[in-house]
Amino acid sequence: MSLATLRRALFIGLLGGIAVWHLSLVGLLPAFAQRRLIGETLTFSYALLVALFALAAHATGRRYPGALQRVAWGTLSALTAGLLVLALAFVVTQVNLRQIFLNATPDLARVLTFGAGVSPAGILRTLLIAAVAGIVSGVVGAAPAPWGRVSVSAALATLLLGLLRDVLGPILPSGLVSVLYGPAGLSVPGAVVIFVLFFLLFALRWSLSGRAGAERLVAFVPSPARGPLARLVVIFLLASVPLWAGLFLSNVADFVGFYILMGLGLNLVLGFAGLLDLGYVAFFAVGAYTMAVLTSPEIGQRFTLDFWVALPIAIVLTVCAGLLVGLPVLRMRGDYLAIATLGFGEIVRLLVLSDWLKPYLGGAQGVTRIARPQIGPFRIDSPQEFYVLVLVSCLLAWFLSIRLRDSRLGRAWFAIREDEFVAQAMGINRVTAKLSAFAIGASFGGLSGALFASLVGSVVPASFSLLVSINVVALLVLGGMGSLPGVVVGALALVGIPELLREFQEYRLLVYGIVLIAMMLFRPAGLLPERIHRRELEEAVEEVREVAPAEIAPGPS
Amino acid sequence: MQRPARLFTMLLLSLVFVLAACQRAQPTPTPAPAAQPSPTQPAAPAVSPTPAAQPTPQAQVTKPTDPIGVLEIKPGEPIVLAWMLTVSGGTAQLGEDSKRGIEIAIDDLGGQLLGHKIELVGEDSGCNPEGGQAAATRLAANPRIVAIVGSSCSSEARVGAPIIDQAGLVMVSPSNTAPDLTDPAKHVNAYLRVAHNDKVQGRVAAEFVVNKLGLKKVATIHDGSLYAEQLANVFAENVKKLGGTVVAQEAVSPDDTDMRPVLTRIATQQPELIYYPIFNPAGSFITIQAKEISGLENVKLMSADGLLEPQTVQNAGQAAVGLYLSGPDLTVLGPKYQEFVQKYQQKYGTKPVAGFHAHAYDATMMIVEAIKKVAVQAPDGTLYIPRKALRDALYETKNFQGLTGNLTCDPNGDCADPKIAVYEVFSTDTANWPDSAIRKIYP
Amino acid sequence: MAIATPRSFLSGRRLEASQLIVWTIGAVLLGIVFVGSVLTLRAGHYTAAQWRDFIVFGIAQGSIYALIALGYTMVYGVLRMINFAHGEVFMSGAMTTFFLADYLNRSGFLKAHPWISLIAMLLFSGLVSMTIAVLVERIAYRPLRGAPRLVPLITAVGASFFLQYTFRGLFGSGVRAYPAIPVLQGKLWVFQKTQIAVFVGVAITLLLLLLFLQRTRAGLAIRAVAEDREAAALMGVDVDRAIVMTFAVGGFMAGIAGVLYALVFIQVQFFMGFLPGIKAFTAAVLGGIGNLPGAAVGGLVLGVIESVGPSLFFDGYGIRAAHQLKDVIAFTILVLILIFRPTGILGERLGGEERV
Repeated sequence: MSLATLRRALFIGLLGGIAVWHLSLVGLLPAFAQRRLIGETLTFSYALLVALFALAAHATGRRYPGALQRVAWGTLSALTAGLLVLALAFVVTQVNLRQIFLNATPDLARVLTFGAGVSPAGILRTLLIAAVAGIVSGVVGAAPAPWGRVSVSAALATLLLGLLRDVLGPILPSGLVSVLYGPAGLSVPGAVVIFVLFFLLFALRWSLSGRAGAERLVAFVPSPARGPLARLVVIFLLASVPLWAGLFLSNVADFVGFYILMGLGLNLVLGFAGLLDLGYVAFFAVGAYTMAVLTSPEIGQRFTLDFWVALPIAIVLTVCAGLLVGLPVLRMRGDYLAIATLGFGEIVRLLVLSDWLKPYLGGAQGVTRIARPQIGPFRIDSPQEFYVLVLVSCLLAWFLSIRLRDSRLGRAWFAIREDEFVAQAMGINRVTAKLSAFAIGASFGGLSGALFASLVGSVVPASFSLLVSINVVALLVLGGMGSLPGVVVGALALVGIPELLREFQEYRLLVYGIVLIAMMLFRPAGLLPERIHRRELEEAVEEVREVAPAEIAPGPS
Repeated sequence: MQRPARLFTMLLLSLVFVLAACQRAQPTPTPAPAAQPSPTQPAAPAVSPTPAAQPTPQAQVTKPTDPIGVLEIKPGEPIVLAWMLTVSGGTAQLGEDSKRGIEIAIDDLGGQLLGHKIELVGEDSGCNPEGGQAAATRLAANPRIVAIVGSSCSSEARVGAPIIDQAGLVMVSPSNTAPDLTDPAKHVNAYLRVAHNDKVQGRVAAEFVVNKLGLKKVATIHDGSLYAEQLANVFAENVKKLGGTVVAQEAVSPDDTDMRPVLTRIATQQPELIYYPIFNPAGSFITIQAKEISGLENVKLMSADGLLEPQTVQNAGQAAVGLYLSGPDLTVLGPKYQEFVQKYQQKYGTKPVAGFHAHAYDATMMIVEAIKKVAVQAPDGTLYIPRKALRDALYETKNFQGLTGNLTCDPNGDCADPKIAVYEVFSTDTANWPDSAIRKIYP
Repeated sequence: MAIATPRSFLSGRRLEASQLIVWTIGAVLLGIVFVGSVLTLRAGHYTAAQWRDFIVFGIAQGSIYALIALGYTMVYGVLRMINFAHGEVFMSGAMTTFFLADYLNRSGFLKAHPWISLIAMLLFSGLVSMTIAVLVERIAYRPLRGAPRLVPLITAVGASFFLQYTFRGLFGSGVRAYPAIPVLQGKLWVFQKTQIAVFVGVAITLLLLLLFLQRTRAGLAIRAVAEDREAAALMGVDVDRAIVMTFAVGGFMAGIAGVLYALVFIQVQFFMGFLPGIKAFTAAVLGGIGNLPGAAVGGLVLGVIESVGPSLFFDGYGIRAAHQLKDVIAFTILVLILIFRPTGILGERLGGEERV
């Protein structure tokens, strides 16, 4: 029990409090208060506040092996955060800062004090909740593994299901929905049921006895059949989506599919060949605009083509674009390559936006009335039907990626990624390898763009901004570079979830930024990294940490 | 994750999904195929047995049929109206203003319609095609929506209306004015509007400039959006018809900050007036920078309803004094409008900040009238709203007494009773907008 | 890594075809530009006064780019990373200082003491930006010092979004307009007074920066760390402090650039930092990344080309709305420089070497 530990606990509590200040003044916390997760009282904001208290407690407590110390110091941090929260609520009600900070309203104060306002009751309530959060966090943290992880995961899963009520409502059987869900979030009994369910599920997955049980069950399936069976099940699941997903979910699934396609393409360039391409949106744009120009009656009055004719043309043109981009940047390295490709991406966007090319490319208003695919008499119209096309394309791209990864070209790419000059010395033709990376990677992007244009029916220049390129790079990094399942995970996380939570559209990019920073700080190798990559990255980051631990840890400085 | 555990989890998941798929009670109302070259729909009989004029729905035992689909609202469920407006960025005042018009309309109805609560949802459309596309896609994917009030900007609607049309929904715009949107060759069935067609506004603006101001040489600047480009063209055509000359027609981008090259190029042609019917902040950049270009010191500046908001004067300051603005004539609207303004002031603390709040109110009321006409109430309290019939009812709107005048819809979606005025900015004081800063000078 | 510079290594036969294509494209572009300029000048649409105005404005805008570019180049020199968030640092100063400016205006202080107000605004903006820059460094960059270059890049992008949307949430998505500063209204001889203020402001700042770097110990530390981080550490330089100082100085200058920008453009908004950020980075690369005079020169050159370029190069061809291609010109210059002269105008060995 030294001054240092006290200071540390207070400091972490301070950070937690500042995080709440930030989220409050930015407007995220008041906006989340609209959403009820469980019953009538547990709103998203309250859950977030509690989570932040618990997180502060956890960050402090995890250093201590002893349960008592853990709980004590953790609760101290949580209480400190609670005090700061109260301070903000107090300031907001006493001083009118609304001219400057738009969100410093009395409503905010109510949210911060868990509904009671700035009064003795409110103060007590907030501090009490902070304390309880701290204690629970400490207890859960001190519990023998894996029970801590299981309970936290189960709690998070329950809250997530409460959040996704609008999404799950239409697809689950209505009987189930009326039992589990109340008017706005989970009903209380429903929440309990779901928590228990997930608790059991996670316990099964993470505890030793659970794994043993699963092993025994799976022993029924003969060993050589397991792999193909697993794959079959996955494909069956994926293919079944149009059957049960509504309009909205299918749309989301389609967009996730587009990003998976792009991710797989960029994976060849960045993940396999190590070429930092920040202008991938250019290929997406070429594919989309080719489809648009060739099939829309608005442009080029003399002819319009069928979707199936325009699609291969779009891909071929994108491959050419890939070569055009690859040629000049052959000798560039690292950051410069990134900036040059970023420049290309922006040039493409500016050109399709310009008035000069408007007669050919539609200008600022874009191109509408793009054709939909037609198979015989059957036209693919709805997002659900389109999903099939998207799924087939993704599977094709996946298959190609695997084949490339295991081919000589793929090996050449890995060699280049590791060290270009050594690879050259080993006899690998850098030019061919790099150009083919760009070309093949671009083709996936072009396919994705063409499908996108057809699904939405129109293309507008603003859809092809730098943000798309960054999105693709981020999802690749998030999932783990070079890792194919990582692309899927990244797309689901960075594209799927924001689309599902569309009511919080305004804060999407704020959270995006936080997620990116957090990911890089805590898991730079990604969520499902390729083994080699993860070792490299974590070694590199570890090295720095070892050299200068004092400056990383907060505390006396 | 261990292999066996992974397989096991997947088997479990597939079990859940199979159950879900088998159990699906009713598919969500599937959207109709596109309004474009589409296969013919079965000519289903029209829906309610009652004559269209009856406001109260008749009780009926069987659910009505409709070529697009029927929305089913169970007792206790709300009637969902949606807005698709620009509520963020430089054009936020335009969309916010319209949204408030909708909210006041809902208040006036007591928040209820046909025994169901009215729920208002919405998407920000950003006053650009991408925003329109994204907002329309999201709204189209929500099967509970009955009708949409939107969009704010014509560029949003050009891209968004086909998406709304495809989904079977209907939209009534309070502030789209581009002629193309109701052009017979390009119009989609789902789209109507209560704002004026810019063919009127461009003409009035040209008449003002040539006849009243007596200027002959004009230049136009648009920002690439459908509205601005078409309005600038209509203006130019009318100026030429009245005997003036158009010395330059230029374009900027909505997020351009440096207007000097464009203004300098225009200056070489020595215009007497620059007409730039665009939005903020680009519009204010032009207002501010025009005075700094050599050759344009004495040129007159004129814009349109996109800049008819306090921000225009606040941001450009002294440079805005003398700016002409055309837009809906709110001074001739009668006592019902004055009541509306009072309610607005009471509810939001200011007078209306843009030009289309009354139009949004009218759009909402028109939709409500149409719903009352076509909705069918089952004896158990379920409300059925047939979608195609709703659209037809909107098109059949005739002599609807709205705040903005007498609304009658034509088959191309134009419903407005257009009244255009030209205002002049005479002061930078926006404390009591509009009267403290602008005054009507024509007609 | 002791290896020959890329240029010599790659002049082997293998790459000739691709190099030839690239050189041809470059020559064609240059030809287009040259012919366009000749056509425009011959057509004679613009008076000399107007060309002068273009150039003057270009210098004003370019000097703002230069100030921001200095921040980029200093950070790159010291850390070898592109600080994507720097544009938002610029924005944060400008947006926050709006409230100060508004307050000064409403209370009448601005009219009474315009010069003091202006200096107060500049200092305030500089301090805010400086704080933000230092915070970003501390939280997002420091833990990732040794990581492969993609990781800090993504972090920087994340920080950029975070800052942008934080300011959007705090102050709203609308556009704010700075009050007009009485003393700076109108023209002095043929130049806009605001533009003159910008030159003067930038010149003074550059001078101060130069003095700081050359004459103070902190400046010496920064230059040492930029030169060779390990050797500097061995020499007893506190590397972390030097890096923090770099970010602080870069941030301060970005803040000043923010207010100067607001003087000329008046309207500020939460995403105003994005494009100037990229342009400033282009300027830094143009002048030679890691090279401070280079950043200044690059900024000025870029500003003038942006201002004069679209009219000069494209007017002659009769291209409609040529000024929309202003950014295309900027990015094309960027790509061309990166292809043909990665070391920039003033040359800098950081440009061509293989970095470990």
